[in-house]
This record gives sequence, C-alpha cells and structure tokens, in this order.
Amino acid sequence: MAIGVKVLKRPVAQTSYLRATLKGMALTLSHLLRPKVTMQYPEEKSSTDWTISPRWRGTHRMLTDEQGRAKCVACGLCPQICPANCIKLVPGEDEEGNRYPLIYEIDEFRCIFCGYCQEVCPEEAIHVGVHYENSECSRDRFVYDLERLCAQTHPVSTLWDPSDPSGE
Amino acid sequence: MTFFLVASIVKILVVFTVIMVGVALLTLAERRICAWIQDRLGPNRVGPEGLLQPAADGLKNLLKEETLPGQADRLLFVLAPALAFVPALLAIAVVPFGAPLPTPWGDVPLVVADLPVGFLYILAIGSLGVYGVVLAGWSSNNKYALLGGLRSSAQMISYEIALGMSTVAVLLLAGNVTLSDVVARQQQSLFTWNVFPLGLAYFIFTVAAFAETNRLPFDLPEAEAELIAGYHTEYSAMKFSMFYIAEYANMVTASALMATLFFGGWDIPFTHWDDAPPWTVAKTLATLGVFALKVCCFLFLYIWVRWTLPRFRYDQLMALGWKVMLPLALVYIALLATAIWVLHDRLGWTYDSRFALALCGLNVLLAIPLFFVLDRGHLIASSVAEGGA
Repeated sequence: MAIGVKVLKRPVAQTSYLRATLKGMALTLSHLLRPKVTMQYPEEKSSTDWTISPRWRGTHRMLTDEQGRAKCVACGLCPQICPANCIKLVPGEDEEGNRYPLIYEIDEFRCIFCGYCQEVCPEEAIHVGVHYENSECSRDRFVYDLERLCAQTHPVSTLWDPSDPSGE
Repeated sequence: MTFFLVASIVKILVVFTVIMVGVALLTLAERRICAWIQDRLGPNRVGPEGLLQPAADGLKNLLKEETLPGQADRLLFVLAPALAFVPALLAIAVVPFGAPLPTPWGDVPLVVADLPVGFLYILAIGSLGVYGVVLAGWSSNNKYALLGGLRSSAQMISYEIALGMSTVAVLLLAGNVTLSDVVARQQQSLFTWNVFPLGLAYFIFTVAAFAETNRLPFDLPEAEAELIAGYHTEYSAMKFSMFYIAEYANMVTASALMATLFFGGWDIPFTHWDDAPPWTVAKTLATLGVFALKVCCFLFLYIWVRWTLPRFRYDQLMALGWKVMLPLALVYIALLATAIWVLHDRLGWTYDSRFALALCGLNVLLAIPLFFVLDRGHLIASSVAEGGA
C-alpha cells in the first residue's frame, strides 16, 4: 500500500501554473534590469554597501617611532600570551640599557589572528592589521621578520568598537 | 552551374562560420543573462565585457584530457558527439535568412539549400538529433547516462508529434512546404505573419521546441540533481564540448524556425520595400539584420525561460506531452482546417490581412477557454494521486 500523505487543498489562485509562470518571468525580467550587487574586486575593494571592518584582524604590523625604530621593547609579553606560539622573540640590550628585539619573527601560517599580541603590548608596538591580501610564492615568505613587520603600511585593527567603551 | 556551386560553397562556409561564432557568443550570452537575472555581473574579465570568454573556454576544452570509460563501446562513444552535432547544424540549411543578394552573375537566394521539401527536411533532420543523445547514453555504459539517453528519446518522440502537428497549421495556410514560400506568404502585412492567424500553433510549437532542444523546463536528459549530467556524464574535453555546441546550435535552429514559420522570416514589418525586386545590397543587409534580430529575441526567450522555470518531473513531462500538447494540436488542426476551408472555399476570400485577422479572432476564442482550463491547475497532476490521503 502506498504511503498516505496528507495533501492540503490549496486556493485555486495558487494552483495556477500559467499565472505562476508569467509571474516568475516578470520577476526574472525585473531582476535582469536591477542594479547588480557584484563588487569588481581587484579594482574596487570597498563600496558604499561594504567596507572591510576596522576590527578586522589580519597580518601584523609593527609600529615605529620617529627615528624609524620598532617601538618594541622586547618585554616578552606577546610570545608569552600567544596561544599559537607563533612569535619568536630574542631580546637584546644596548649600552644605555634599552631593550630591543634582536630577532622578532611572526609565523603568519601559525598565527590564529586572535589579536592578543596587540592587546597585551604595553608599548602599542605590535598590531594586527586591516589587511587580507597575503599571497606569496613560497611558505618561507610567511614568516615575517622585524624589518618586514615595520615596513607594512596597512591600517591597524581597532580590536573593539571605539564607540562602545564597555567592549574594551 | 559553376556560379551555383561557388555561391553554394560560399554560403555554406559563411553560414557555418556565423553559426559557430553565434553559438560561442550564445554561451557567453547565456552566462551573462543568467548572472543579470541573479543580480550578478557574469564573466566579464576575458576581453572587453567578457567577449573572449568563449575563446578561453574553447581553448580549455581543447587542452583538457580526453577520457574513455573502460567498459564503453568505443566506436559509438566517439561517434555520438558527432551525431548530436551534425544534425543540429544541418537543419539550418533550409532556413531563408535574407532577401536575395544581387551579384553581377545573377541573384543569389540567401538560403543554403532552397529545398522544395524544406519543412519535411527539418522534421527529418530534427529527429536524427536524438541518436546522438541516445547513443551517448548507451555507449557510455553508465546507468546515469543510459537513463538520460532513455529519457531523451522518450521526450523527443513525444514532443516531436506536437511539434510536427503545430507546423501542419502553417503548411495549411501556406499551401507549401518550401520555407521561402512560407516566408513569401507572410509578407503582405504585419497581420499575415503566421503568429496572428496561428497564435495557438505558435504556442504549441514553442513549448515543443523547448522540449526538443532539451532546454529547461524540459532538460530531463541531463537533470543534474538526479542523473549527474545525464547522457554526457562520461564525456570530457572536446567531446563534451560538442554536445554543448549541439545544444546551442539546436537552439539557434529552433529560434530561426520560430522566426521563419511564425514571425515572417526576414520580412521587415510595416513596409513592402524589402519584399519585391529589384533586389539591392541594402535590402539584403536590412533583411539579414531583421532576421538576426528576430532570432536573437527567441534566443533571449530561451535563456530567460531557462533561468525562471524549474524542471518538470518526468511523469509531468510525459503527461503534458501526451495528454495536453498532442490532443491540443490535433483539435487545433481540425478546427483550423475547417476555418480555412470555410473562409477560402466557401466565402472565396483570398489570403490577406482580413483572412488573417479572422483566423486570429478564432485563435483568441480558442485560447480563452484553453488557458482557463490550464490555469485551473488541471495541467499537471499533483505529487500524490487523488484520494492518496
């Protein structure tokens, strides 16, 4: 015996195939003439409808002081807090006793872009950036050294919404 | 004789080239219009506005690996794409596409072969197209492909009847099966375009032509949700491409037929300037342009419908073909033949606008109850039999 399925009676207007077909054709035709939503990506990276969020956490950037030196004082907080263990820091000290990083490398493949390094940094030196175009031809190129981190120019992430203090 | 041969060869080469380029552009048009309907832009990267996209696709298909299933019937497997492809191109040979072109050696009729049996030739060639699909399905030795091929044969045979029947009405009115005569008969005025006296025949023809070309909502042979890709599941690279080209060439042929049989062929409406000698190059070009425009309109209709309607279920397809289209076409021919007999033999009217408008009135009278019935939801059975609950 066939399985019984309860079929609801529908109003006549809803069972009309011709009207439904014509309605559908009119709908698709109207869509044909509507403005398109596609963004022409490489040429157009933001539009009035969409911009990348200022809280985006992308590849890192090290800020520098007026003399062009990295602001980092090699305190060691960022490798300490990093959950992915992707920051390699070897501290050095000059003759005046100022600490600076001898080696500062971030493996962007390991990084999970949590943004803790930026949050923990007392000098506001290391930041995650508002940036997403990171293609390279080899895996080695994704270990960013200090020089490369300082040379990045993209905007840095705000991490939380500035208009909402409770978020901090 | 030499002139005829040379002219024919030139026409064949030109028509073949135009169709192939047209098919290539049609694949692009399909993708772009589909994108626009879905509020996207579609492929616009290769060349200006994506015009070179078909060339890129063709190159890709040439360079891809040809696969041959181990259990396939080799000969038929290789033959099938050609069998699908050739009839699609052959059918266009008898379609007149412009006013005769005057040359220093005489007028050249703008039709590759002005066969006296033109329309019968199209029906004959049209039914050959199914061999490509069926053989592809069978020789692949793949159950999905086989099901696709079977469906295709059943569908094409079912709808071919309605297709042929609907055109009988055209032949009744033209009194001839030569397509250039069919065109000539429609040139008197706008209302002698067959779509007015034979509106319902045009409706039947269009629906049947959609089914014949395996386009949505009738693309059961390649229903990807059920059959992966239907009859061309096992095909790759250029052989797959041949099926693709065949599908689009069929669309072009069907559109050209709709224009020729129902929309006056290359006739320019509202003027008799293009109909009569002396033939000039300007007339040829103008009529060519008008014909191309008409064909493009139907091609757009094809694409528009494809991206609007969902696919039929198989039983619905068969029910529509056998229980609606076929009786409809038969009754329509009977009524129309009677009407033509009354008007022509009893009342002694010659074929002109008055004759056409009288038939147009009859069509409207028939269309109202027909569409009333179709509109009540009786067209297609619901998914559960009556009393199933």
